[in-house]
Amino acid sequence: MALKGNLRDFTITQLLNLVNLAKKTGNLVVEGPGEVAQINFRDGKLAFAQLAHEDSSLAAILQRNSKISVSQYKLLKERAARMTDKELGILLINAGYVTQEDIIASLQQYFISVLRRLFTWVEGIFHFEQDARPPDDKIALRIDLENLIIEGSRQMREWEQLQEEIPSLDMALKFTDRPGTNIRNVNLSVEEWRVVQYVNPQNSMRQIAKASKLNDLEIRRVVYSLLQAGLVEVVRVGAPSVTISGRMFPTQDREEQKSLVNRLITRIRSM
Amino acid sequence: MQTVKIVVTGPFSSGKTEFIRCVSEIDVVSTERKITAEAEKIKDSTTVAMDFGRITVDDDLVLYLFGTPGQKRFDFMWEILSEGMLGFIVMVDSTRPETFREARSILETFRAYAPTPYVVAANKQDCKDAWEVDDMRVALRLDSKVKFLPCVATDKESVKKVLLELLYSILAEMDAGGA
Repeated sequence: MALKGNLRDFTITQLLNLVNLAKKTGNLVVEGPGEVAQINFRDGKLAFAQLAHEDSSLAAILQRNSKISVSQYKLLKERAARMTDKELGILLINAGYVTQEDIIASLQQYFISVLRRLFTWVEGIFHFEQDARPPDDKIALRIDLENLIIEGSRQMREWEQLQEEIPSLDMALKFTDRPGTNIRNVNLSVEEWRVVQYVNPQNSMRQIAKASKLNDLEIRRVVYSLLQAGLVEVVRVGAPSVTISGRMFPTQDREEQKSLVNRLITRIRSM
Repeated sequence: MQTVKIVVTGPFSSGKTEFIRCVSEIDVVSTERKITAEAEKIKDSTTVAMDFGRITVDDDLVLYLFGTPGQKRFDFMWEILSEGMLGFIVMVDSTRPETFREARSILETFRAYAPTPYVVAANKQDCKDAWEVDDMRVALRLDSKVKFLPCVATDKESVKKVLLELLYSILAEMDAGGA
């Protein structure tokens, strides 16, 4: 029987733990926020991983790891399009372009990076198909899960803390009024700069995350560091942070509202 | 009869119930239950739904004070309680820095619910291990414009001052054209 559920109820770390302890073999498909990941396990070890929207061919992975050049990658895409990853790997090793270690290290790095991205998904449907094998044309590895589980648990804790600090991504950011602070003199990371350029009370953090291609965890991480540095503050989108609305009062008449507050003040003073 | 309400919020054991009890003319309608979780046993009981206090202003006007439950698992109540509030007070226990982050988070959550005026009260300032208000302001990342007031929730004058500061903020906002 297939294992199905939602990441909200059963986290990626818990899933990996289950696979690891039960030494499971099978295929885990996770449909996350706008992405689908496929991960294969063999006897409780990570064998293969890919994201549906990403080119996860061996040529693409080697190029991303700078083991082959962009022109070599394009050439391989044209001339070796029909080759399986296994055949292509043997060809590249025999031709002396890469070593077997290069291929294993690149694939390992890619598979782990896919799992790391999954750690940031808090919503998503998962489905584990027992005994399913990785696609035949792909190269499978055997990567221990223990370290990944520890890393995932750490990330989950970070996620919980960040969610406490920044409960809603529907709020906006604005630069704090700190005369004398020149943001150009502050050392920001590339990600932080990407976020900073969108800081404006009109943009919600969710919109900034989308524009900067950051997931919920990454945007919270960046915003948290900017908040800690005192560079930005959280405000409501497009509205002054404090306003007086008619819903606060039993009357809509402005003078009556003021009179009401003054009566409250007089009463509390006299207590 | 016209009614208005002010919400008193803050983390677990920050002094919300004492605050309301101190100025309410009725016995606070409190929904306290014995604490069962070992980790939260720094007091015997806690509020699980809301506290409810009343101050009659005159024949025609009543102020209700609502205290939110402090434990996070009851946060679904917060949005309901914040509906139509005149403003809110965030209580922070000055002796428990481990709750500052949660206080900050509660403040952000309430600001997201409604852009009403608010003040933050540094409670338990009479305790010897209470943090300085200025240090707390930095730790809580409060803007210099936010009213952050020292408070002792069992002292009526102190509680009155916090309530009055909130009402002054509301008045100032109305004068500034916030309505």
